[in-house]
Amino acid sequence: MRKIISAILLIIIAGGITLSLMKIPFGIPKTKVGEYYINKGREETGATNIVTSVVLNYRGFDTLGEITILFIAALGVGAILSLGRKRTDKKEKIEPTSSIVYTGCRFLFPILLLVGSYIFIHGHLTPGGGFQGGAIIASAFLLIYLSCPGKRVNEKYSKITESLAGLIFIVLGLIGLAIGQEFLFNFLPKGTLGTLLSAGIIPIIYIAIGLKVGSELTGIIDNLIEKS
Amino acid sequence: MIIIVSILIFLMLVSAIIAAVLKDLLSAVIALCVVSLIAAVLFYLLQAPDVAMAEAAIGAALVTAIFVIAIRKTKRFEE
Repeated sequence: MRKIISAILLIIIAGGITLSLMKIPFGIPKTKVGEYYINKGREETGATNIVTSVVLNYRGFDTLGEITILFIAALGVGAILSLGRKRTDKKEKIEPTSSIVYTGCRFLFPILLLVGSYIFIHGHLTPGGGFQGGAIIASAFLLIYLSCPGKRVNEKYSKITESLAGLIFIVLGLIGLAIGQEFLFNFLPKGTLGTLLSAGIIPIIYIAIGLKVGSELTGIIDNLIEKS
Repeated sequence: MIIIVSILIFLMLVSAIIAAVLKDLLSAVIALCVVSLIAAVLFYLLQAPDVAMAEAAIGAALVTAIFVIAIRKTKRFEE
């Protein structure tokens, strides 16, 4: 009986989603604001990647909210896992990983760090940005946690990096507020389109976001592996 | 193009169903990882490389790792 009811419910939901999706004309710009971003985004922000120009310029304040959400999530994981249980320094026997995993992870770690940094430094030119680069950096640290048990990221330095990066974002936004009467106003010169040093404050903010996301996700992994 | 996308969506559906049905949680997590990977490829084919990168890095790598860590600390098989 329950299975029949759930099947009927699923069919109704699927029909509703199909009906509502059928009316959306995919590929045809419906909103004017999207057209405006595509046509004017490059000149106004100086970033060749339109996604970046929307994420960090037109909707920069929302990005601050996203960063805050990630920060609160990392804080919650840390709080739940470190409170409520006594931190006994149990001396577990650390089993060494196999030499293939060890060597492979040690080989991949610097390359992944380089790719992640490249992605968030070139966020205004090529696809990708702070969130993607930060996630790749965190997966590089995940490889180290997998291959060398017992080795940990220095918590003090990772927290300093995270706080400094968040501070840079907010201070840049406030300077923009002081100069241009709006939060995250692009007060630096835009430079020539398509070069590394262009688009004003966008690359600086993306580097800050990349470092912040990378250290936060690494902190979540560190908490999950070491403290639980 | 549309054939490739259809095949990928079909594979994605199959691995999603496998992830829901399996009793072995570790295999289910790997099936979920396959769903994320195919979603990343689909995003790339539909010309959204930014989202594809985020999906590949977060959905396929970090979420899988977090699930595997959680399974290691709890039980592997569902009752």
